[in-house]
Amino acid sequence: MGQIVFGALAPHPPHLVYAENPPNNEPEAECGWEQLRWGYERLRRDLAQVEYDSIVVLSPHWQTYVGTHFLGVPHFKSLSVDPIFPNLFRYHYELDVDVPLAEAMCDKASKAGLVTKMMRNPDFRVDYGTIVSCHLTNPAWDKPIVSISSQRSTAFYSVEVMQEQMAALGRATRAAIEASDRRVVLLASSSLSHRHFVTEGDVPEDMSREHITNHHQYLWDMKLIDMLRSGRSREVVDVMPEFTDQAVSESDSGAISWLIEALDSPTYPAELYGYGTVIGTGNAVMGFRPPEAA
Amino acid sequence: MSVVYGGFVPGIPHPLLVPEQNPGWQRLHDAFSVARERIAASGADLLLIYSTMWPSIIGHQIQADPEPTWVHVDELFHDLGSIPYTFRVDAEFAQTLKGACEARGLAARTVSYHGFPIDTGSVVALKLLNPDNALPAAILSSNVYADRGETIVLGKACRDAIDGAGRKAAVIVVGTLSNRLFTDWIDPKDDRIHSLKDDEWNQKILEFLGQGRLEDTAQLSRVIQQQIRIPKVVNFKSMWFWSAVMGQHNRYRGEVLAYEPLFGTGAAVVGLTPSDAGVGDKEFDEDDVEQFRGDRDVLA
Repeated sequence: MGQIVFGALAPHPPHLVYAENPPNNEPEAECGWEQLRWGYERLRRDLAQVEYDSIVVLSPHWQTYVGTHFLGVPHFKSLSVDPIFPNLFRYHYELDVDVPLAEAMCDKASKAGLVTKMMRNPDFRVDYGTIVSCHLTNPAWDKPIVSISSQRSTAFYSVEVMQEQMAALGRATRAAIEASDRRVVLLASSSLSHRHFVTEGDVPEDMSREHITNHHQYLWDMKLIDMLRSGRSREVVDVMPEFTDQAVSESDSGAISWLIEALDSPTYPAELYGYGTVIGTGNAVMGFRPPEAA
Repeated sequence: MSVVYGGFVPGIPHPLLVPEQNPGWQRLHDAFSVARERIAASGADLLLIYSTMWPSIIGHQIQADPEPTWVHVDELFHDLGSIPYTFRVDAEFAQTLKGACEARGLAARTVSYHGFPIDTGSVVALKLLNPDNALPAAILSSNVYADRGETIVLGKACRDAIDGAGRKAAVIVVGTLSNRLFTDWIDPKDDRIHSLKDDEWNQKILEFLGQGRLEDTAQLSRVIQQQIRIPKVVNFKSMWFWSAVMGQHNRYRGEVLAYEPLFGTGAAVVGLTPSDAGVGDKEFDEDDVEQFRGDRDVLA
């Protein structure tokens, strides 16, 4: 029987990959965003102790207004250029997809009443949110992934509707994994507060410019982190409408709500590996280790 | 006259990739062809694309790769097929445009990187309006935080750049009218405008544009956003930009070349040609703005 062995809040600012200087990213940086990068380093250290087969990631940057989509091509090799920060992220990627697991999730989600679609076009470019979160979690890319799109029901309806759908998707994700033989890591590729600065310095990694956009967002970020660190994930779901609205949060994508549901609403503490801001947005790297997976 | 033609076109890919699947999609496809003829007849030597489907955060981005080449796949309608493209971009004008933006206080930058993800809307517009790259193009992003004031200044900066460079531009705005897609898959033959309310508002907007009342339509943008727009972005900006770059008045000869449902949204191909005639100014309630002065530390 398959199992979710680890879950993570894994934000995807391309700045973090830029500052890491991996050889497959074209731009080069001097430094930057160390609190978050070292946070990911701690996450990787913990994850190295976990046996797993596949990574499942839900990304806000694959935006599908009609249904939830799943990558359904076994192998991708291409160049990802960030549309917002092309000066920082031009990343040559090559990755494998766990297509059978993706198909199983798509099937379970469809049977749960969600609108779904498998993405079968081999020319498709994998979104940079998926790539950044997966790179920072597993830079060796030696595990296949399942990439799930963000169905934009917050925009079309409300956060409440989005959460209903993410709850169904989370349950479908868990059921598909349990029906498989996979040990799986889940990634919610998402920032917390998400109000950006609209200008950038000549040196993007100049950390003297980096801070949260406003105090209000910081307070919300700390509130969410505190809830997750104390095992109060259902409260996070409960305050999600207010948080999403007031912190201009990227949680509108559904990634965090999906993760909480897929993990069966953890009551155990999440590990905070790091918190930091990127161009004004609030980002936390956090890990969930289900007790039954220990 | 610097802006010799204005066009409003949809960016959803069906009229390019599968027009044969729905008679309305075919009519949209054919209307692009008519718009292409109008552009050719206008004497334009530049195609300026403002795509509401290319979001930016760091100010306003301007495509400056002289020959961007890629095989594009839409993130939502990927099953309709791939779109290989090579475009002809006026890199020199992109620099001129950047300077004009900065002169009006806007943050702007050019982007010239192999593999830069040109958005579906720009790709559709250029493939259907400029299939042989007869005209050099400029492509401009839509900043997600920019509201009316900044967008109007952006339009004026574009006009400055066109005038300053002595160019004759066709300005193409890529966007929808009502933007509510169906949230489930539909049989192409069953496509329709998502609701009667959306349809009625679309018809009203097209009535205005057909009369050449561009600035009147722009002045109603906030109401349009409230009535028929899913809040994917801060506001309905396309008419603000379009009117600002074309001169902020109602003196155009308007031509609605097509209006059809496109997966539930209101898709229209509209052309405006500058004209001495006009209907006068009827809906001028909102203030004008010349210079962008930033967010004035409201958020700090």
